[in-house]
Amino acid sequence: MFRVTDKPINLQELVDYVIDPEAGAIATFIGTTRNNNEGRKVIALDYEAYGEMAEKELARIGADAAQNWPICRMAILHRLGPVQIGEASVAIAVSSAHRDAAFAASRFAIEEIKKTVPIWKKEVYEGGEVWIGSQTGQPLPQR
Amino acid sequence: MKIRVKFFAILRERAGCGAVEKELADGSTVADLWRELQKDYAKLDVPGIRMLYAVNQNYVGVDQQLKDQDEVVFIPPVSGG
Repeated sequence: MFRVTDKPINLQELVDYVIDPEAGAIATFIGTTRNNNEGRKVIALDYEAYGEMAEKELARIGADAAQNWPICRMAILHRLGPVQIGEASVAIAVSSAHRDAAFAASRFAIEEIKKTVPIWKKEVYEGGEVWIGSQTGQPLPQR
Repeated sequence: MKIRVKFFAILRERAGCGAVEKELADGSTVADLWRELQKDYAKLDVPGIRMLYAVNQNYVGVDQQLKDQDEVVFIPPVSGG
């Protein structure tokens, strides 16, 4: 399951999706909105996506994870629109027979999400708002 | 040829819209399209920005040749997660 949604994230939905009789481990990751960034007091984050391509890239990350580690099932859900302090913006769940693969694949997934998925966050802070993203850009994804 | 362009995030704000259809000469590239769009949208260029380019939801190089009905998105630095 590789989706974007405008509804609040329910982690149990992802966990239920990756449960597998062959799995002895399920690893999960949740990204949440933090109340501070670079000295600014953050009020909320607002996420925007090139939706169809974002889901395609999330699925590509899932396929790459499955190629690199012996995982059973994987789910990634990214929320769009405003995400308040402490709320989940992204959730990952992955199952595998043994825990090494689940930990490694979930780590890989969040790192990749931050590099190539066409989703952008606007930080609303006390005093203004700013699009987050390194202005030096990032290298072309290798395939 | 008719090219469909979508704008997101900072580019959407600077263009003032989320999508536009553009007529381009056959054989035009992504780079040509970007140059043409500067003429339509004075504030579109963000100095120093390094973008990625997507045609029909695949990342491509800036010299990619376009075809009729291609969907092109100029992707500013991403910040999902």
